[in-house]
Amino acid sequence: MGVIWNYLGDPAHWSGSDGVPARVLEHLEYTFLALAFVCLIALPLGLYVGHTGRGSVAIAGTANALRALPDFGLLVYVVLLISGQLPASLAYLLPSVLVLVILGIPAALSATYAGIQAVDPAARDAARGMGMTGSQVLWRVEVPNALPLMLSGIRSSMLQIVATATIAAYVSLGGLGRFILDGQSQRDYSQMAAGAVLVGVLAILLDLIVAGIQRLVVSPGVTGRFRTAGPGRRPSLVTSSQEGSVVPTT
Amino acid sequence: MITYLQDHFQQTVERFYTHAWLAVLPLVIGLVLAIPLGWLASRYRRVYPGVINLAGLLYTLPSVALFVIMPSIIHTKILSPINVVVALTIYTVALMVRVIADALIAVPAEVRSAAVAMGFTGLGRFLRVDLPIAVPVIVAGLRVAAASNVGLVSVGALIGVDQLGSLFTEGFTLFVGSIVLLGILLCVLLALILDTTIVLIGRRLTTWQRAVA
Repeated sequence: MGVIWNYLGDPAHWSGSDGVPARVLEHLEYTFLALAFVCLIALPLGLYVGHTGRGSVAIAGTANALRALPDFGLLVYVVLLISGQLPASLAYLLPSVLVLVILGIPAALSATYAGIQAVDPAARDAARGMGMTGSQVLWRVEVPNALPLMLSGIRSSMLQIVATATIAAYVSLGGLGRFILDGQSQRDYSQMAAGAVLVGVLAILLDLIVAGIQRLVVSPGVTGRFRTAGPGRRPSLVTSSQEGSVVPTT
Repeated sequence: MITYLQDHFQQTVERFYTHAWLAVLPLVIGLVLAIPLGWLASRYRRVYPGVINLAGLLYTLPSVALFVIMPSIIHTKILSPINVVVALTIYTVALMVRVIADALIAVPAEVRSAAVAMGFTGLGRFLRVDLPIAVPVIVAGLRVAAASNVGLVSVGALIGVDQLGSLFTEGFTLFVGSIVLLGILLCVLLALILDTTIVLIGRRLTTWQRAVA
């Protein structure tokens, strides 16, 4: 483990466009860019499918099919397919972000619709009985109740994106994966290991931040219902069979 | 794609086998390790949060990072396939511990009481009553783990472990999309074979019911 600290302890590795802070920022940039698109697509779609019950079979099928595809292969294939048709400045960024978005969608989408569908039908009926309209039921009853699952879905998507963005260094993307790939080609293990540690720490920190947000925004009345799921708050196979499953990071 | 397959048939078959081994071995080792851990977590409620949180933390780590860190922890060579096997075993255990613990907790109390009344004790009851009842849930978890393992093994090509993932790096270097596509199709085929195998084994193990999740 010593070699890692030697690399990270060298001030020369902490400045410039290939220094640690610059790479961390790049990695965060890709992650948030992709995650923003994932939320823009997956959340409205998940809310619609969950609320109306339309298309849930198609969504589950597509999400499962996407999971069977190897992320790394999909990344390389999309880059080869479309990078030739793009201006040089976008040739690597755009396809990579596109793949990050595609891979990030299933977790957030299936968790959102499963979260909405898992809302206690009695609560939904009561809300209607009180005279709430369809959109009021959605925003005041279904979304607050589904929030824990929705956020853990977004958490899984985010981790998936962080991990895949690392691999995307192979197709010339920047970010922390550069240390691993450049270290590999220069036969410099300390650089590779330093990159690996940084990615791991980044993933854990981001996960903790979202977990913190989750604690802040979820109504305390709702969390009581999920206490049996354990403190990890990851949707488990047992407690939410419709949800599909936890998406493994790449 | 067909021409490539004809020219590199032997090599591709070997890569397919290596890929299969690298995906299946961690699955088996991971399951064997996760059963006692899951039992501990289900039996002692104080152990549960610790085990589940640790599993969640390990699952957070990106695979490339884990592949690269392995040599400095277990003192293997950087290019050794053992790194991939150990890293994927960690993921499998992290996923399965929770599945198994929750499945064992969900075994109905009356079934357990009936088993005790029939004279089952300790390990015998666990192996012949609790575990079989948990099989459908364990099968569901294994299917997820198998699919993810197949995908993750291909990432090993980045650190020089030769398997189907090498088709991705080769295709990228040669700028030939069809080689990459071949790799993707073979990965999906392998994932399908593993999935079907797991489902069939699950059915054999639960002859009393046909409802496999």
